[in-house]
Amino acid sequence: MSATDDSTGGSSESRLLEVEDLHVEFRTREATANVLNGVGYHVDAGETLAVLGESGSGKSVTAQTVMGILDTPPGFVTKGAIRYRGEELLSATEDRRRGLRGENMAMIFQDALSALNPVYTVGFQIAEQFRFRRGMSRKDAMAKAAEMLDLVKIPNAKQRVKEFPHQFSGGMRQRAMIAMSLALDPDLLIADEPTTALDVTVQAQIMDLLDELRRERGMGLILITHDLGVVAEVADRIAVMYAGRVVEESDAESLYKRPAHPYTEGLMESIPRLDQKGEQLASIKGLPPNLANIPEGCPFHPRCHRATDECRRKVPELLELRPGRYSACHFAEELISSE
Amino acid sequence: MGRYILRRLLQLIPVFIGTTFIIYSLVWAIPGNPFAGMCGPRGCPPAFIEQMTQEYNLDKPLPVQYVLYLGQLFSGNFGQTFNGIEVSTLIQNAYPVTLKLATIALVFEAVIGIAAGILTALRGKGFVDNLVLAATLFLIAVPVFVSGFVIQVVFGVQLEWIQPSVGSDPTIGQLIAPGLVLGSLSMAYIARLTRTAMFENKRADYIRTATAKGLKPRRVVSVHMLRNSLIPVITFIGTDFGALMGGAIVTEGVFNIHGIGGLVFDAIKTQEGVTVTGVVTLLVVVYLLMNLLVDILYAALDPRIRYD
Repeated sequence: MSATDDSTGGSSESRLLEVEDLHVEFRTREATANVLNGVGYHVDAGETLAVLGESGSGKSVTAQTVMGILDTPPGFVTKGAIRYRGEELLSATEDRRRGLRGENMAMIFQDALSALNPVYTVGFQIAEQFRFRRGMSRKDAMAKAAEMLDLVKIPNAKQRVKEFPHQFSGGMRQRAMIAMSLALDPDLLIADEPTTALDVTVQAQIMDLLDELRRERGMGLILITHDLGVVAEVADRIAVMYAGRVVEESDAESLYKRPAHPYTEGLMESIPRLDQKGEQLASIKGLPPNLANIPEGCPFHPRCHRATDECRRKVPELLELRPGRYSACHFAEELISSE
Repeated sequence: MGRYILRRLLQLIPVFIGTTFIIYSLVWAIPGNPFAGMCGPRGCPPAFIEQMTQEYNLDKPLPVQYVLYLGQLFSGNFGQTFNGIEVSTLIQNAYPVTLKLATIALVFEAVIGIAAGILTALRGKGFVDNLVLAATLFLIAVPVFVSGFVIQVVFGVQLEWIQPSVGSDPTIGQLIAPGLVLGSLSMAYIARLTRTAMFENKRADYIRTATAKGLKPRRVVSVHMLRNSLIPVITFIGTDFGALMGGAIVTEGVFNIHGIGGLVFDAIKTQEGVTVTGVVTLLVVVYLLMNLLVDILYAALDPRIRYD
């Protein structure tokens, strides 16, 4: 019914990661929020998929569900499939999933300061994986940890492994985080807003580093962000999420040239531009929907300038408009062929 | 680390002088002549009072008295009671008892309290959690003299499992029941403190990171969660040990234990100024050192403290 039906047409065995029709609910005493409502995307080896969307669109929850680190409760997977190299993960044992974490898929988080344990040295936290997953001695593991810091271009790595996270600068901390995630040489890396907490200049360095490491190692990279500027340079494909669904998916270039969903349009118009100095910055009116009470029809219709009665009644399906270009909008064809 | 400890040690000096001076002045500021009641209904002869006043420097101004007293103290002389018993002998008899009792209470409160806290946090909300919360609330609400008497009567007098009255020079075995009573309140606090800290850290980002690294749940809890959660607990335990070392007047009273708490209490009642100042000064030093130990431990557990 959605993107996934179309994309499963490809050979699913060759896909590094495939998420299909994923539904996740957050249950609290007061209400049940439908956080994911049929998310589908895939990543191949060596490819960068950028997942775009506002806060609350379900980008991070999808990633956490893929990793198997969703907090349950409150989060429950109610439907869908996650396949890693063709292997179904949602029905796999917890032991198997733990085995995949770090070894096959790894994740880096937005705020490295809180994502690193404050009471252990950076080296300890990297070496831990070599010690307990590879059975290395403390000393060898520490030496490997220093190599990892070296790999992410942290100067003086041999000294810095002995330091604590709070002694690192923001950019260095995020590098350490990347080093930690790459320790066991995973082939899928999920970066959840890796540059949001950083200065602009440092952001670019971290993105370059991630891109370089992906290329060298042939990793699949899922880059979760709400920053279109970050995406433009490194993404091969982009999936735009809204209210727990993918509403547009496309190769990066075509999407930038001509978005096929009004929400994507809105996101792009809200980027500040030098040639429009002095004018008021465009923004998407309204707020993201309350996930415990998603509007009927297209969830975006209350904020959409094109909304018609059809939009209020009928949920648009994610359809392939051109090869590799998907959009879930009743006006997708108009949007894509307009000039 | 060395500089941190040195700095903390230097900070102890003004605190020591301040507290002991206050204690000294308060004790000797108690109205009435301390020697008035010593010689029976007829009162002491003026010559005796004069001699005693001179011996204890009571004719000199208070600050001078205090400095002279400190000087004596540092040369290891705690002075004598008015009856001529060395205060240091009294301390030597009482302190080992207090030390044993405090250690039993501490081990009890730390082991049971931390275990209960961890258990509830890992199990999540449910029966065990409610049980621990209700039990700790009960312990906090019941005064020590009540729980002390109940245990004394039930286990000591009726069941005869323990000795209801301990007496001087007790063994570890005799002190176990009083130790449990003494530690019960802090045990309840420690259980709740551990529980809260564990619950907070359970959802911390670095726990998620540790899980995302594919570490076994046992390691995530015992290495990543526990160390962070125990920082406030260790602080509490250390401070509490300092307080326990100051004696436990109520528990000692109920079980007839001759510890430091009873010694101070009796000395205050009989206006034995020398004993009071001597013992309390010692207690101040012990308490300050315990606090220093807590601070050092704190810095060892939380590296963010060390370099500020």
